[in-house]
Amino acid sequence: MAPVMFGVSRREVLVTGAVSAALSSFPAEAHPAGGEAGPPAMPVSFKVNGTSHALTLDTRTTLLDALREHLHLTGTKKGCDHGQCGACTVIVNGERINACLSLAVQHEGDDVTTVEGLGTPERLHPMQAAFVKHDGYQCGYCTPGQICSAVSVLQEIRRGVPSHVQSDITAAPQPTNIEMRERMSGNICRCGAYSNIAEAMAEVAGERA
Amino acid sequence: MKSFTYERARTPAEAAAAVARTPGAKFLAGGTNLLDLMKLEVETPTYLVDVQDLALDRIENTGEGGLRIGALVSNTALSADMRVRRDYGVLARAIQAGASGQLRNKATTAGNLLQRTRCPYFYDTAMPCNKRAPGSGCAAIGGYSRQLAVIGSSDTCIATYPGDMAQAMRVLDATVETVNARGATRAIPIADFHRLPGDKPERDNVLAHGELITAVTLPPPIGGTHLYRKVRDRASYAFALVSVAAVLQRDGTGRVCFGGVAHKPWRVEAAEAVLPKGARAAAAIAFADARPTEAARFKLSLATRTLAAVIAEGKAG
Ligand SMILES: Cc1cc2nc3c(=O)[nH]c(=O)nc-3n(C[C@H](O)[C@H](O)[C@H](O)COP(=O)(O)OP(=O)(O)OC[C@H]3O[C@@H](n4cnc5c(N)ncnc54)[C@H](O)[C@@H]3O)c2cc1C
Ligand code: SF4
Repeated sequence: MAPVMFGVSRREVLVTGAVSAALSSFPAEAHPAGGEAGPPAMPVSFKVNGTSHALTLDTRTTLLDALREHLHLTGTKKGCDHGQCGACTVIVNGERINACLSLAVQHEGDDVTTVEGLGTPERLHPMQAAFVKHDGYQCGYCTPGQICSAVSVLQEIRRGVPSHVQSDITAAPQPTNIEMRERMSGNICRCGAYSNIAEAMAEVAGERA
Repeated sequence: MKSFTYERARTPAEAAAAVARTPGAKFLAGGTNLLDLMKLEVETPTYLVDVQDLALDRIENTGEGGLRIGALVSNTALSADMRVRRDYGVLARAIQAGASGQLRNKATTAGNLLQRTRCPYFYDTAMPCNKRAPGSGCAAIGGYSRQLAVIGSSDTCIATYPGDMAQAMRVLDATVETVNARGATRAIPIADFHRLPGDKPERDNVLAHGELITAVTLPPPIGGTHLYRKVRDRASYAFALVSVAAVLQRDGTGRVCFGGVAHKPWRVEAAEAVLPKGARAAAAIAFADARPTEAARFKLSLATRTLAAVIAEGKAG
């Protein structure tokens, strides 16, 4: 795994320096990157938690960095930055993805939900409330990703998306403990709160059944 | 990451032309493999052509009774399609055994076939690697090679093809459809799609620069029991050490393809001919020319045992 990067990276510095070189439209033709005008930048707009945002970004900016460094939505976390830990999980157009392995410019017109969009401290999303009740975390770093993933997992089960642990893959999947564990395997928790996370999910799944 | 320009193509022909005319250009689909490698500067494209708007995200019935899977159909959508679950179960199972829920939502059918090796030295730009930097040498030969190939390797590269889905495509005799910058189309049998390393380990497959995958087609269903068994270091979210994709018939005949053992999905038709005699007989033929490193030798017995387990599962169900 790559080292964890906290704070401002060299890339962020480059991004900031590149804003003035923003292109006014999508380039019609390829042109060599990194010319005198600085690294290529592009406009992109998408919705985050119901609010539209128009940004001009270095093309290298990931969705994760756009959320954290440009929109200051720091709920979504950067863990490995290589799709291996799931801390950056967000929901795009109704499906969970790793925000670190996606360029911001790939998301023109998309609808992004982060942990900040699920609930507020005053009005917790049922999954957030269940994580609190069942101690679904210790240090809390992976928690926003776990919660976005957990919410999506229950939707995926309801939509009938099958999983590796189903014996009959033509059957409708059920929200069992083994299903939760398999479907949450893309979210690593170094504190090992896995069993409590599965219990939180079981409670929310039960309420909705 | 090196800087690059980015464009969204509107038609397959436009995408192919844009990449073909630009050295250093690449297609971008889900990005889950390419962006990972770009962050490490293993891949350094100067121009990305995003193919997400090409309307290649449908699964259609073919006139012959098979399926035509658009290149951009996500791994989740493909493995959740009821036609695939019912008639091509090995494909649904292989996809579900790979990566994580998040990654499968983003990963595409074409991108999955084209994912690059997980050889640790390929990822480490401080080390020699003929696949990443042709002619620089191979750090894996004489290095850490437990995950690497046991058959079909060369003196220049012992990497494996890491994915799961392709083994299922191979037992199903899928065909990869492409279009190039001049609008010419090709239908490449999956058996001929991935390459052995030979003296050109930098080439994973037979695609030309700027050749776009538009679809993968499956012939009509062949019935049988569909199984995919993946052996890995943890129960989920890890690449295969060894995997077996199989379609087994009641009379003991069938098709099998091994993953994790070679630079391409490893299916040997002569080995399938002796499947009714059992795993040992079939594996002896499939791996007759094996040249494992000491660290990877365990894969030979593991492959035999995994096949035995698959055959037993086939008989039980
Ligand atoms: C942590 C982690 C774990 C993983 N575990 C597994 C696993 O267990 N099993 C497994 O099978 N996979 C696994 N994967 C790999 C994953 O399946 C691939 O990253 C994914 O399938 C790639 O699809 P994509 O659409 O994102 O491809 P991209 O990253 O967009 O593209 C990959 C390559 O394909 C090219 N390309 C894309 N579309 C086309 C097209 N239409 N025509 C021509 N060229 C094209 C691109 O130029 C690029 O070179 C894992 C990945 C990660 C990050
Ligand atoms: S085995 Fe292949 S990919 Fe790995 S270091 Fe050698 S040349 Fe590179």
